[in-house]
Amino acid sequence: MSEFVVRISSWELLDTWIAVTGALAAMACAVPGVFLVLRRQSLIGDALSHTVLLGIVGAYLATGWLQRLGWIGAAHGTPHAAMFVGAIVVGILSSVLTEAVQNAGRVESSAALGVVFTTLFALGLLLIRAVADSVHIDPDCVLYGMIEAVSLGEEGIPRATLVNGGMLAVNLLLTAAFFKELRVTTFDPSLANTLGINARLVNYLLMAVTAATLTAAFESVGSILVIAMLIVPAATATLLSESLAGVLIIALILAASGAVLGHALAITLPAIIFGPLGFPDVQDASTAGMMAFASGMLFVAAMIFAPRRGIVSQAWQQARLGLRIVREDVLGLLYRLDERHPGSGCPRVDLLKMLATGGPIFTRVALAMLRSRGDIKAGVEGLRLTEQGRSSARDLVRAHRLWESYLARHFPLAGDHLHQPAERVEHYLDSSLQQEIADELQQPPIDPHGSSIPEAAASTSSTAAQATPDRKERGST
Amino acid sequence: METKPDTEPQPSLACGLFSFGVLSPDGAFGQSPSLRSSPIPRPLQRIPFLLLAAWLTLAPEVALAESAPAGRSSLLDWILPQQFNTRVVLLGTLLLGMSAGVVGVFMLLRRRSLVGDVVGHSALPGIALAFLVLEIRSPGTGRSFPALLTGAFLSGMIGVGCVTFIRRWTRIKEDAALAIVLSLFFGIGIALFTVIQNLPRGNAAGLGQFIFGTAAALVPADVLLIAIAAALSLALCGLMFKEFALLCFDEDFARSQGWPTVALDLLLMALVAAVTVIGLQSVGLLLVVARLIVPAVSARFWTNRVSRLILIAGIIGGVSSVFGVILSGAIPRLAAGPCIVLTGSAVFLASLLFGPQGGVVERWWRDRQLRLRTARHDLLRAIYEIVEARAESLGRIVEDSGSISNRPTPAALAALHLAEVSVSEADLNAARTWPASGVRKVLDRAQRERIVVRDAAGWRLTTEGAAEATRVVRNHRLWEQYLVAHADIAPSHVDRDADLIEHVLEPDVIAELERLLAQRPDDHDVPPSLHALPGS
Repeated sequence: MSEFVVRISSWELLDTWIAVTGALAAMACAVPGVFLVLRRQSLIGDALSHTVLLGIVGAYLATGWLQRLGWIGAAHGTPHAAMFVGAIVVGILSSVLTEAVQNAGRVESSAALGVVFTTLFALGLLLIRAVADSVHIDPDCVLYGMIEAVSLGEEGIPRATLVNGGMLAVNLLLTAAFFKELRVTTFDPSLANTLGINARLVNYLLMAVTAATLTAAFESVGSILVIAMLIVPAATATLLSESLAGVLIIALILAASGAVLGHALAITLPAIIFGPLGFPDVQDASTAGMMAFASGMLFVAAMIFAPRRGIVSQAWQQARLGLRIVREDVLGLLYRLDERHPGSGCPRVDLLKMLATGGPIFTRVALAMLRSRGDIKAGVEGLRLTEQGRSSARDLVRAHRLWESYLARHFPLAGDHLHQPAERVEHYLDSSLQQEIADELQQPPIDPHGSSIPEAAASTSSTAAQATPDRKERGST
Repeated sequence: METKPDTEPQPSLACGLFSFGVLSPDGAFGQSPSLRSSPIPRPLQRIPFLLLAAWLTLAPEVALAESAPAGRSSLLDWILPQQFNTRVVLLGTLLLGMSAGVVGVFMLLRRRSLVGDVVGHSALPGIALAFLVLEIRSPGTGRSFPALLTGAFLSGMIGVGCVTFIRRWTRIKEDAALAIVLSLFFGIGIALFTVIQNLPRGNAAGLGQFIFGTAAALVPADVLLIAIAAALSLALCGLMFKEFALLCFDEDFARSQGWPTVALDLLLMALVAAVTVIGLQSVGLLLVVARLIVPAVSARFWTNRVSRLILIAGIIGGVSSVFGVILSGAIPRLAAGPCIVLTGSAVFLASLLFGPQGGVVERWWRDRQLRLRTARHDLLRAIYEIVEARAESLGRIVEDSGSISNRPTPAALAALHLAEVSVSEADLNAARTWPASGVRKVLDRAQRERIVVRDAAGWRLTTEGAAEATRVVRNHRLWEQYLVAHADIAPSHVDRDADLIEHVLEPDVIAELERLLAQRPDDHDVPPSLHALPGS
């Protein structure tokens, strides 16, 4: 840790600019990325990140050629403008070609995409190698990016920072302007058509914007790693929010923090890991690579710890539900035993044997919880219900037997087939539903097996307390 | 994708592989009876493969005899490989292309074409880590090809595992899961690569070839490894053909039949990873997915049967790889990886255009045939109905006692009236709508086909035309009767429905209609129209 502090304290002005540039590029990418993820077109983003290479090389070649012909002057900004145009053209071309292959050949969409993007990318690679002398494009730079090489311009702001910042502004403006169209075409294309929105046009606009954004970012992070900035923050955001605006904002925040974190890791982590291994010369790693890594780690964190959709949260909800079911089964079992042999307790070992649900650990935890709540107590003859426990148990048994009666009334089920479904449903019948069933069956005194159905507890505190979580857990499962 | 059994003649290319002796006809690749009954004589089937075999084996011997100095700049050198090295590279490339093509078919059928892309990208950290581990253990040994491939294989499998995990445990969709894993692993790989470059003894030269690929840099030992691995995966695909095909088409059925689907899936993934990883060095990890997808997608245009799909994909994969390598060797400054991919793309384009199973040209031709037949049928029926209406109004078709059997027979109608009455273009235009190019074009074509002739008053049917017109009208009216009798459609509405279907009614459907409508098969009478005819 101290090593980390030492390393990070060597953060300079240049590091700030690198991090800011990376953050701006990531944020610019995250905007179209959100829509790509929601439209299930993430792989088109991947494909575009490859094919823009062809657009960039093609644009360089074309401008060089036109300049030699004397059609355009050798103005300062020409190659960069041409680069954007080339990328946009190729971006739309990839989309059109994929659609064409898909329709003309009835090829499945991902396979069509695979064929088109590898072809265009191979063409780009071939060109870049074939004309490597006449244009100064380094394929390594295009693919992995040279964010470390940001140089301060005359105004004190690196050019890459300006380009990416501008792209972010353009993307935000476009999103604000076409928010309604984007939202409708993303979530309900057929509704979009009835509203008179041209879904195809919106799609091409998205492709063009994506390609332009990739081009803006490729110089700093490389065209392949751009896919990390395009998709990962957006996908992470979908785990954290349910609304489109929320996803957009969270994706922007995640993109920025992933970039800053990535650069911080790039200048610290390698030395921390490889120093002790006997490689003191290893000082830093590719910032672009580490930005992808950091975004990935943020995704993993969200995947595990997201409040509602995270793996931990889901496992916790499952465990709570499972525990409640075991608890209720214990209560129900004790109640029925007490019905048969009033006043006698049940030894713990027998109870564990009779219980159908729950593993040994779950059951033990459930028993401990019941005892600490005062629902059961351990006597000389074994476990028995307290008065409070009895009223909860009565509620559960009532639910069980009511459901059996209901099934017997409405479904042609054999008598020995009633218990199993009731055993499952009993945990989800709250008092109002019980009341409804009882009313419909005209308050039956006994269930189909001849056991008496207990009276509803007169809204004791325990039932009321139980009815509320019941509803909640049912909603979430 | 639907793959229906078909009985068309077997493509000769596929037969060749059997006769070449690589594969036994009764063996693993799923034999179909039509393989033996190929229209092409058996000795001829061997030719392409004999040529290939001769090229791979004899050419170097010739070169040795001449003891020519080996150079790689001339195209001839690459077509007739003189160096042992070149020959080995070509053989390795061939096997690799074939196995990638074969494995790719299963990926295409499982709709997981882009999994290869994930394997390719996520192999990078494995390569870098393997290199680093070796360097840390004993410096200078990092460039061990088998170790790098093992690392690549393991991390590729981990990548695929991560995709499965994300899909299973989160609500992230498959496409995003692929993109996330791909970029995460690639990012880690790039970061590790920069670390390797910073190593003092870091002899990272040669690692970059995994990204872009250089087939020519292979040494015979590497190629031997590649060839063995490729041959093994090819053999495994052959042995497990039935299981994999079942997995691709009906996973649930396979599970219910007690097949270990998870293990099979894992094995298939391992095969993909293996083929991808051994292909990395020649095309590079960015493009390796093309070797999996492109042959399979191209082969799809040539057949509908899985067994042939596999054969054809294997052949396309092998041949296009070899051709790509030759091309890049013969022409300076052409990188091998993109060359291999673009050769495959060219094959794909050709298949897309000219493939007999849903190729663009084939579909255009079929559409055109259908359009022409439709126009021809429409013309014949229009003339028939105009003549019929005129005949009725003249009272020349006498319906005494109203019973159908007393109407003049179609043969009589054809002989007496149908071929004698001329119809003007104006009548035809009034009768129905015609293709945008106009009725005249339809008439011209019909005249060339000798079903109508032109005379002073307009156009009239020839004898053959009259016979066909009778048949067309009969089919149309049988279908109308069927719709009215069995589908409860009002007589005024059946004309359009029958108009759409009459062109595609097969003889057995007509027989069924005759049976349903209690018409005798030998009764070639044309039923009366159920609705007013346009001309009357």
